Amino acid sequence: MAEAHPVGFQWVMEAKARGATVIHVDPRYTRTSALADMHVPIRAGSDIAFLGGLINYVLRHDAYFAEYVKAYTNAPMILRDDFADTEDLDGLFSGYDHESGSYDVRSWQYQGAEVEASAGRRDETGVQPEEVVRHAAGQRLQSAAGSEQAGSGGAPLRGTPELDETLQHPRCVFQVLKRHYARYTPEMVEKVCGTPPELFEKVAAELVANSGRERTSAFAYAVGWTHHTVGVQYIRCASVLQALLGNIGRPGGGIMALRGHASIQGSTDIPTLYNILPGYIPMPHAHREQDLATFIEADSGEKGFWGNMDAYTVSLLKAWFGDAATADNDFCFDYLPRVTGDHGTFQTVMDQIDGTVKGYFVIGENPAVGTANSKQQRLGLASLDWLVVRDLNMIETATFWSDGPEIATAEMETGRIGTEVFFLPAASHTEKDGSFTNTQRLLQWHHTAVEPTGDARSDLWFYYHLGRRIRAKLAGSTDPRDRPVLDLTWDYPTGGRYDEPSADAVLREIGGTGPDGAALSSYVELNNDGSTRCGCWIYCGVYADEVNLSARRKPRSEQDWVALEWGWAWPLNRRIIYNRASADPDGNPWSERKAYIRWDAEQGRWVGPDVPDFTATKPPDYVPAADAKGPDAIGGDEPFIMQSDGRAWLYAPAGLVDGPLPAHYEPEESPVRNALYGQQSNPARQEYNRPENPYHPVDGQPGSDVFPFVFTTFRVTEHHTAGGMSRWTPHLAELQPEMFLEVSPELAAERGLEHRGWATVVTARSAIEGRVLVTDRAKPLRLDGRVIHQIGIPWHWGPNGLTTGDAANELLGVSLDPNVHIMETKAATCDIRPGRRPRGPELVTYVAAYRRRAGLETGLEERP
Amino acid sequence: MGVRSWIERWPVYRQLTGRDDLGRGAAARSPRTDELRARTATADREVKSVCPFCAVGCAQRVFVRDEQVTQIEGDPDSPVSRGRLCPRGSSSLSLVTSPSRVSKVRYRRPYSSEWEDLDLDSALDMIADRVIETRANSWEHEDEQGRHLHRTMGIASLGGATLDNEENYLMKKLYTALGAVQVENQARI
Repeated sequence: MAEAHPVGFQWVMEAKARGATVIHVDPRYTRTSALADMHVPIRAGSDIAFLGGLINYVLRHDAYFAEYVKAYTNAPMILRDDFADTEDLDGLFSGYDHESGSYDVRSWQYQGAEVEASAGRRDETGVQPEEVVRHAAGQRLQSAAGSEQAGSGGAPLRGTPELDETLQHPRCVFQVLKRHYARYTPEMVEKVCGTPPELFEKVAAELVANSGRERTSAFAYAVGWTHHTVGVQYIRCASVLQALLGNIGRPGGGIMALRGHASIQGSTDIPTLYNILPGYIPMPHAHREQDLATFIEADSGEKGFWGNMDAYTVSLLKAWFGDAATADNDFCFDYLPRVTGDHGTFQTVMDQIDGTVKGYFVIGENPAVGTANSKQQRLGLASLDWLVVRDLNMIETATFWSDGPEIATAEMETGRIGTEVFFLPAASHTEKDGSFTNTQRLLQWHHTAVEPTGDARSDLWFYYHLGRRIRAKLAGSTDPRDRPVLDLTWDYPTGGRYDEPSADAVLREIGGTGPDGAALSSYVELNNDGSTRCGCWIYCGVYADEVNLSARRKPRSEQDWVALEWGWAWPLNRRIIYNRASADPDGNPWSERKAYIRWDAEQGRWVGPDVPDFTATKPPDYVPAADAKGPDAIGGDEPFIMQSDGRAWLYAPAGLVDGPLPAHYEPEESPVRNALYGQQSNPARQEYNRPENPYHPVDGQPGSDVFPFVFTTFRVTEHHTAGGMSRWTPHLAELQPEMFLEVSPELAAERGLEHRGWATVVTARSAIEGRVLVTDRAKPLRLDGRVIHQIGIPWHWGPNGLTTGDAANELLGVSLDPNVHIMETKAATCDIRPGRRPRGPELVTYVAAYRRRAGLETGLEERP
Repeated sequence: MGVRSWIERWPVYRQLTGRDDLGRGAAARSPRTDELRARTATADREVKSVCPFCAVGCAQRVFVRDEQVTQIEGDPDSPVSRGRLCPRGSSSLSLVTSPSRVSKVRYRRPYSSEWEDLDLDSALDMIADRVIETRANSWEHEDEQGRHLHRTMGIASLGGATLDNEENYLMKKLYTALGAVQVENQARI
């Protein structure tokens, strides 16, 4: 956190100055470790074993927050009797189909709840239960990402689950959890993670001592946690732990995702993602006949705020298609294109190589060096008919055809690359109005300081004027497929030298307007009858009273510590989500020390320094009527109002495709066998056995000794992501001038590596070089009688810019988490050798020789 | 000027005899120093902004003189950042004023080995034509099972995490109306 989010880290240091204990668990010793009370080394890719160990510790020592767990989590829920755990099936849950490599999730449900598929997948599974199909080449095509659709709440659920408030029923979640983690002992943690047991026990004791009524602990993860084939389960595992300790919805608690880009949260809320619409409404799946009501019925919850999904969806369609969207034509629901499976970026690039994707827009992103298996990305770019790149600098994605690595190795020839490339210069953040959503859901507006020069324009300008031109060219078309384009509401006021569309007007459309055309102040005002319009329901209210609330900047010295008048956080300016949980079921604070939101009986409302994340006047003793729906069905003592049962989930009965509980699996490429289960890796992970994407043999397979070391990719303070915004900047290029490889003295001695000399890291995908940084900060791990060496590789470099170097992403293969289709980059295997890598075509033969030694020349074989 | 006053103007002398022992304050000042004005003081205006790098969202003050950005620094009013910027955020001025920024549209013909000039208006028009043509050639009305698809799988997009919410919104809105579903950004990566 000190490396990648230094200014956010000031609050950790502030807490430390007030007595907090800071624990840093990381394969690498970083600037964060230097400032922490404890650095806890861990083998890359073993975090669930570590977190599961903590869960086991909490349960074994009865250290959970009992009242919180009973009242606010699903610990009492009873599971179906056909559910089987990984303990029963040696690493598999019930419902696994070996043929398709996927789970039938029905047995994971609560007893008494209706049999349903998982979140946002019910729409698709309604017609095709077996959505997961096996590709001819043996690759698994998973269906549309499900759990991401739960970005603002849990998965839908129907029926009334059976409960055991005593938590004693053998099939209640609490008891299942106990059994599931019983073998995650400190000794097992040492065996899997390489963390000494006494250090692990110290962490557990500190965490437990600092949780409960009087104290709260927070978890912060940089998004490396998501970069695993079990990424979603990493975060689930932290959620289980935090829910057990009562650390959710309370000040000083929570799980903080430290996201890496200025508006990566915003681009998820208002998604440039294939599987969701604004506000986490799922993209509809293909059906023979499906109307809007059926779509809503399939995905909305019976209970909780997702119960009003019809109002959110209709208001979105009205915002997009305006007067053309009427109740008679189902508000143009059929205008929305349908998804039929995984259309994520990795699948898209493979489709480029295979020839179905012809045109590609790359906007402020640099996949030619920034995405795992960069060669695969460039093969995709070289297969296109046309490519549009918009950026500040001449990034590698725009120049792959003239100076990409494959040109140097003669694997590609410029004169044979048919891709037509348009490079359009982009405006910088100081040259346009607009809002970023930071990692805490806080929208902050930035104002135009100067207009861009030359041909540089904002992306708002580009898309507005591109849309305008396309609409003009299609005007008069009678083809039904052009109707959505022509019916689109696309009349934004423009101004300035370049006819820049008004970002304010766009935000106002996002924030929503009522029947009278005035800006709305809350999503509870949205209707399902077409009378309201709202481009993103969770952002509804950002323009309340016709004021751009994201632009508020009341100085912190003039308001309290929650600072509600600085920017605007979704939803409804709430700063701590689920903050009803900061009070006990009766509405009183769990403790005065940790008081936040409480029920004020005199005023008849919830009060506190934050906006209550609860219906403001719903009393703690409110009991919903038996036939209540939506928000009304949430009881006064159920804080998790976006969840369809109002509770935090220790166990996920729906919403995930690879298990209802996190279990430790080894990475796709690992130097060891799974010490916990016979099942080596996540059985539902997505693999792509393609010529450009070979995987290494894992421990025990022939050839696994060819790639004996673990490597993990990372960031440094002075560079940003794949370098598009930092490698061209003189100060930053000078501060971190060269690609390097971080190794321990022991590994350096074993392989003959010299500090500041050159070394080459090799995988079956490619070989890259960098300067060797030998430091005793890097320590070999000892686990189960073996020594495991880990190599740290920053991923900021590429061939262009002021500071240049090989890209770490050349080394990585593509295998994905099956829930969200995110790749594993934080743990893989490699070899390292002294000296620079071969140049030109020799690089290809060098890597091919490695593949041959590892027995990979023929193999697209089955993986464990 | 007498010898005495000449010596007294000598920074080392002032450092040794005055209260500025380290020679980093009064002792090192000269008439030229006294004439210097901070870029923040001479700016025509100050504009409120947000750091474009990571997702912490540190507040920035952008100073403009003669329609040029001349200084970017942290905004102490912010409850998020309290005026601080990290090395990346502090490099924002270099980022936005960098001579390496491309100012003109560049165009590469298929199979060509070089960039060509192209005016922005033509580029936009050509891109609109490419979109329309690719969309028409790759349109999927329904699949072999008769399921409603209403889409093109011929056009894809990547990017958004570095853009504004409003930009992402127009992108998703336009792509969806065009029937393009392979719209992705760094959040997946």
